[in-house]
Amino acid sequence: MTKSELIEQIAMKQPELSAKQVEAAVKLILEQITDTLSEKGRVEIRGFGSFSLHYREARQGRNPKTGDPVSLDGKFVPHFKPGKELREQVNVSKDDE
Amino acid sequence: MGALTKAEMAEKLYNELGLSKREAKDMVELFFSEIRECLRENEQVKLSGFGNFDLRDKRQRPGRNPKTGEEIPISARRVVTFRAGQKLKTRIESLDESDVHVTH
Repeated sequence: MTKSELIEQIAMKQPELSAKQVEAAVKLILEQITDTLSEKGRVEIRGFGSFSLHYREARQGRNPKTGDPVSLDGKFVPHFKPGKELREQVNVSKDDE
Repeated sequence: MGALTKAEMAEKLYNELGLSKREAKDMVELFFSEIRECLRENEQVKLSGFGNFDLRDKRQRPGRNPKTGEEIPISARRVVTFRAGQKLKTRIESLDESDVHVTH
């Protein structure tokens, strides 16, 4: 499912809103999650999961072409931890197959 | 700063898009339940600019009860993984370890 398919799905179930409004809402939700993470905040959605940042230590890497060592700075990476409900639902669907 | 939750998301939709409180709340609920529903049906979710929610099947592997040390197999399972998109990664990577926590 892509973002536009998600927007369509929601619009079908939210007939009082126009597709344009749903699109704006989906974009705003994603923007808010991104903004929160870029301020080093956490996002917690009960039953779905949480988004947070993990720190990767600085390390010595290599240029894959030349093999020359390069020092890489420490950096943050986004992390998602699925919530209990999501974990269980996804795993149950496996048993159905 | 407290974590961002569904309540704040709904508040934002109400303030910025002029949805009613009910519509805003339903909208946020639907956003997450539709993604969950899709993953439950074993289908990947791709949100361009943000990231992908993928599914991976894990085989059974040996595990241990951390308390007793007893060996118990970890059963085969399907798990959700999130891969951040380039746009999100770039915004996060540029953060400095020493950046002061910004609160709003």
